[in-house]
Amino acid sequence: MKKELYQRIGETVCREVLPNGLPINVVYKPDFARSYAFFATRYGGMDTRFQLNGTWMDTPAGIAHYLEHKMFDTEEGNALQDLAKNGAEPNAFTSNAMTGYYFDSTEKFEENLKILLSFVSIPYFTDESVEKEQGIISQEIRMIEDNPDWQVYAGMMGALYHNNTAKTHIAGSVESIREITAKTLYDCHKAFYTPGNMVLTVVGNVDAERVKEIAASILPKESGPAIPRDHGEEPAGVAQREVSRRMEVSMPQFLLGFKCTPTAQGEDFLRRSLIGGMASDLLLGDSSPLYQRLYEQGLINGSFGGAFEMMPDTAYFYAGGDSRDVGAVAEEIKKEARRLAAEGLDHDFYERVRKAAFGTMLRSMNSFESIAVSLTEGHFAGYDALRFPEAFDGITEEDVRAFIRDELTEDRAAMSVIQPK
Amino acid sequence: MKETRTKLAEGVHLTCMPARKFKTDLLSAQFMTPIREETAAVQALLPAVLRRGCARCPDMGALGAELDRLYGAELDYTVRKKGERQCVGFVASLIDDAFTPGGEKLLEPVAELLGQVICNPAMKNGRFLPEYVDSERTNLVDAIRSILNDKRDYADLRLLQEMCAGEAYGVSRFGDEKAAEALTGEQVYGAYLKMISAAPLELFYCGGAEPARVADALSKALSVLPRTTVAPLPKTLRHTARAEALRITDAMDVTQGKLGMGFACGSDDFSALLMGNTLFGGSSNSKLFMNVREKLSLCYYASSQLHREKGVITVSSGIEFENFQRAYGEILIQLKAVQDGALDDWELEGARSTLCNAYATIGDSQGKLENFWLGRMASGREDTPEELAAGVRAVTPERIREAMGSVSLDTVYFLKGEEAGA
Repeated sequence: MKKELYQRIGETVCREVLPNGLPINVVYKPDFARSYAFFATRYGGMDTRFQLNGTWMDTPAGIAHYLEHKMFDTEEGNALQDLAKNGAEPNAFTSNAMTGYYFDSTEKFEENLKILLSFVSIPYFTDESVEKEQGIISQEIRMIEDNPDWQVYAGMMGALYHNNTAKTHIAGSVESIREITAKTLYDCHKAFYTPGNMVLTVVGNVDAERVKEIAASILPKESGPAIPRDHGEEPAGVAQREVSRRMEVSMPQFLLGFKCTPTAQGEDFLRRSLIGGMASDLLLGDSSPLYQRLYEQGLINGSFGGAFEMMPDTAYFYAGGDSRDVGAVAEEIKKEARRLAAEGLDHDFYERVRKAAFGTMLRSMNSFESIAVSLTEGHFAGYDALRFPEAFDGITEEDVRAFIRDELTEDRAAMSVIQPK
Repeated sequence: MKETRTKLAEGVHLTCMPARKFKTDLLSAQFMTPIREETAAVQALLPAVLRRGCARCPDMGALGAELDRLYGAELDYTVRKKGERQCVGFVASLIDDAFTPGGEKLLEPVAELLGQVICNPAMKNGRFLPEYVDSERTNLVDAIRSILNDKRDYADLRLLQEMCAGEAYGVSRFGDEKAAEALTGEQVYGAYLKMISAAPLELFYCGGAEPARVADALSKALSVLPRTTVAPLPKTLRHTARAEALRITDAMDVTQGKLGMGFACGSDDFSALLMGNTLFGGSSNSKLFMNVREKLSLCYYASSQLHREKGVITVSSGIEFENFQRAYGEILIQLKAVQDGALDDWELEGARSTLCNAYATIGDSQGKLENFWLGRMASGREDTPEELAAGVRAVTPERIREAMGSVSLDTVYFLKGEEAGA
């Protein structure tokens, strides 16, 4: 395997793409007791419409997540228990654009890796087992629906987008998941769980060559075709200016979203994501003048924050939290964005934020999960996530200002609010 | 390298956990006091007020700018409950010397800033700034109320409040809403003087620096701390089992019901209880997961937790309102199975490996290390993760049966929908 050193952040990664198209990353962590394996497919909640064997298929909302639940079933029983028997802690998640399966263990790593690669690559469902999962997932959906953080986010996505499938609820609804059958799950597995559409990342004190050998021996020898997806034709402008609902919460909660211009795959994706993150820090981060002013006025509390998110064909910026006067805070954010666009950034503050942003990114490298997920996202979007120090070098003050000026404008904004009952 | 614990001043101890494998260093300062209804709110408020500013960096902007310059060092205030102790203070995270782009050393300036925030707060007329006290009091009241927003946390909290009413363990880490609302600047300042002089202060460091350098930096930073005699903390009292289970139901406009069950443990065999709890509902191959979720599809989550110091096990689950009786009955059936020793070898081995894996990986996370050692200090326990793992390895099925046989139902809590009749 090819070994690459990342001196500025003290990491070493071995990489290789198997003949079947699967990229493998092994991040070497010699002093840690745990090893972590993350096996992910570029398939998530937003990929409901895609082309299989020349035909466009529309699948129910929540299917990628449902498939994630059912993948743990094996002909012999359940992989969750097989891994737990070895003391491994297995789990999985589905996001908008990815489904990831992982475990964490201190012993029997190779045996656990074999279990992981097998159960994710070999589907085993029956109509009965698929139906039985409905009760469990319905309760997961009910739990999510009672969560105001999720409701305010779902509201914002629905307001920002007319058609973009990034607004699709990842777990679907109690109604939509009733349409899911063993047949559709098999079709989706065949389309998306193919080596060329997946990435395997291991972080820990492991032998990279052994990881490669195990993957090559267990996974299919060939990859299926790339699957065209349709994330929806999205017109400019937001679908709704404001949405609101009432829930059992202690005080109003809001998210102000800005629909941003998506970025094509490649190195620019990372650069753009760092620029958006710095824009968030400069506009409304903990040490920004706006944060301090609103906090001192009692308009925001520690829950206030913002971020820039990017996914295929999609990019949005959002800010929010709890507030007694959500409308006033939203207006202040927009006003501050206009001020920065017109007057430019405070140069000293920009330099400080740049230092702090580097520190924050470096800190995230303490987490095996975050290393694995960011390397995988990088693969799917065509960049090397561990090259963030170099990407920071290429960003200028003007880049960040231009982002605020062009992307955080009134016509791109939508507001989502949760009011107490 | 092993942990070292050094006395820096009266009731002030530093635990150093040397490690070069992280990108960052962790520095933590935690004051420990008995958790009490009368003082929980004021003590929860203190670190929030102190975090607003010190004499040198008197507001959030100045403090934030200082932290940004230190490569985005973090200085977060923390309020935790460990057994019947309230631990309040700060946790700082800074880039390790090995990774600062210009080779800067951040330990000394961050320790100094931590010392300033604790010892030298922003003041006016010999008191905290009234605007800081007022706004953080509002934030504290909001934080107490906002527990309602996450119904799972809310139900877990309500169960413990009811089960341990009248006991220190029933007090939440932030204290009571009414008590928080009534706090005056004078009370807050009085509590501050008392805490910094008389409460045991535990300092933790995890990172690449030599312990002597850390001790030196912290001694300097905290040199003006006015220490007096430090009284030892009282022990956490065990919960006494109720003869008949207490049953509490709340109603709210929610789509999912939350079932909480509290059990009292009569046994002192901690390792056996830990194994028993893991088998019962502490992992994804536990009896609750395999039966209440996987077999009966009643829920997405059903898990149990052992509260070691208190001798209590709590179960938490989210269900359809009308499934209350089925879930309640099944949870008791699964407890009975553990008590009867209906345990397969793979279940025992799985539970053992799950626990040993958890102990073995504490050293892989600075946050887990700090939390573990703080818990150890708060409880007065002496066992290391290795000793705890050895304890778990030595547990026999007979000991599990015996320890879990002492577990009895104490309190049942149900959060139901407003219209539902359960």
